[in-house]
Amino acid sequence: MSILRRKWVTLPLLWVLILAVWQLGAWVYGPEIIPGPLATWNGAKELIADGTLLQYIGISFCRVFVGWALGGLLAIPIGLIVGRVAAIRLFAEPVLNFIRFIPPIAFITLFLVWFGIGEKSKIALIMYATLFIVVINTMTGVLSVEEDKIRSARSMGATEWQILLYVVIPSTIPYMFTGVRLAMGTSFMAIIGAEMIASNEGVGFLIWNSRLFFRTDWIFVGLISLGLMGFLTDRLTAWIGRKTLHRYGIVSTGPVQR
Amino acid sequence: MSTARASTTITIERLDKSYANPEKAGTGDVHYIIKNIDLVIRGGEFFILLGPSGCGKSTLLNIIAGFVAKSGGRLRLGNREIDRPGRERAVVFQQADSSLFPWLTVRENVEFGLKMRKMPKAERREISDRFIRLVGLSGHENKFPRELSGGMKQRVQLARVLANDPDILLMDEPFGALDAMTRRTMQHELSQIWRETGKTVVFVTHDIQEAILLGQRIAIMSAGPNARITDIYNVPFAYPRDPGAPEFIDLLKRVQRHFEDETEGARHS
Repeated sequence: MSILRRKWVTLPLLWVLILAVWQLGAWVYGPEIIPGPLATWNGAKELIADGTLLQYIGISFCRVFVGWALGGLLAIPIGLIVGRVAAIRLFAEPVLNFIRFIPPIAFITLFLVWFGIGEKSKIALIMYATLFIVVINTMTGVLSVEEDKIRSARSMGATEWQILLYVVIPSTIPYMFTGVRLAMGTSFMAIIGAEMIASNEGVGFLIWNSRLFFRTDWIFVGLISLGLMGFLTDRLTAWIGRKTLHRYGIVSTGPVQR
Repeated sequence: MSTARASTTITIERLDKSYANPEKAGTGDVHYIIKNIDLVIRGGEFFILLGPSGCGKSTLLNIIAGFVAKSGGRLRLGNREIDRPGRERAVVFQQADSSLFPWLTVRENVEFGLKMRKMPKAERREISDRFIRLVGLSGHENKFPRELSGGMKQRVQLARVLANDPDILLMDEPFGALDAMTRRTMQHELSQIWRETGKTVVFVTHDIQEAILLGQRIAIMSAGPNARITDIYNVPFAYPRDPGAPEFIDLLKRVQRHFEDETEGARHS
């Protein structure tokens, strides 16, 4: 059995197994209900050939990236302030924990009314999806800074501003990073919802629109694209984090290696 | 001695730390952690606060450090009332892991206070070199705290506060978490550094042997609540001290008896 412990043996084996189960399902239920791997591949080729797939992936990715980046940039200072100033936290904390439970998709109609049918409403939605996760994680990070660190900085003559800059922010970076990484996931959820309801382009639109032609294979293509987009951006984020923020204690990547 | 020394004398008069009893809020029922502490810690001396765990010696140290507000009494450094942290009072914490900055290298940790003062880089480097050498960490400048052993981390803490050139070192059981061998080495080195630099050291411990090994005077704190200073022992032995010397063992037994009598007394009262 020791051969099964090798990664290069087990991993392809796993994929073959998944594809086999998938193909089996296609045979049992028919290609309309479950399009098999080959049918999905053919559907993908069609979509790649007319250029829509890459274009839609690009559009969805751009929306997610812009909204996520803006949301993160807005959320980190808010999280720092809420975490650092007890008086503000007293009011902000219940509000945050109230709004946090309203999923972004529930806001789609309102955001369309407020920000229009164009890109603005989608980006606002992603920002919303990102904001609370990052704010709450950052706040938790600020509250977790060990008192001894702040005390030692203070007794070495650091001002309150220097304590924020040189002690609180560096110790909070792992929390911010976790928040930002988690937010990537919710951002994808939010954008697909928005594209299904109010868009003429994007992966969400592709999945939703395919129902009109009963092209379940295209739906599969959309789902797999989403998985790949999420997986790759997460790995990329983790890699960048590991490379640039190593000294702040960000070491783990996706797969656990011991 | 000189006037410089006099300005670093810590004078504590009728110092209290209390909190309102949370179970009887509004009744004016007040709990004292420490009560009516009177102490004069002279500039340049190695002063020990010795007492059982949880007696309030760390509270007293934190008040001197300015981290915790006193409830009553006076606390002066020289002629100046103190109620907040200051650069002249450096603190060495028991847990190096919680007080060192893990994202900074050994050198960056040691230079932290100097950087806060906006000292130019070259000057900072010169000072950090000196103190890293003093605590025996040369060659480890670019390591991160997580790459160091417990004893080495405490050396970083020591170098970090010394680089800041404080008058007073406040040390809260700094060797409590170390293994016996490392602890012995660190005690020896601290004693040597104190003799070389002439800083005032206020050192909290519950280890009687450590107290006699290091201190010039040992203040004994009673068990809390209402902890107070019950006695002050002078330790006239020359440094470095031998824990096997008859007079050392003699004093050790005396202090031990003191604590036994006190717990005995507490049981009967």
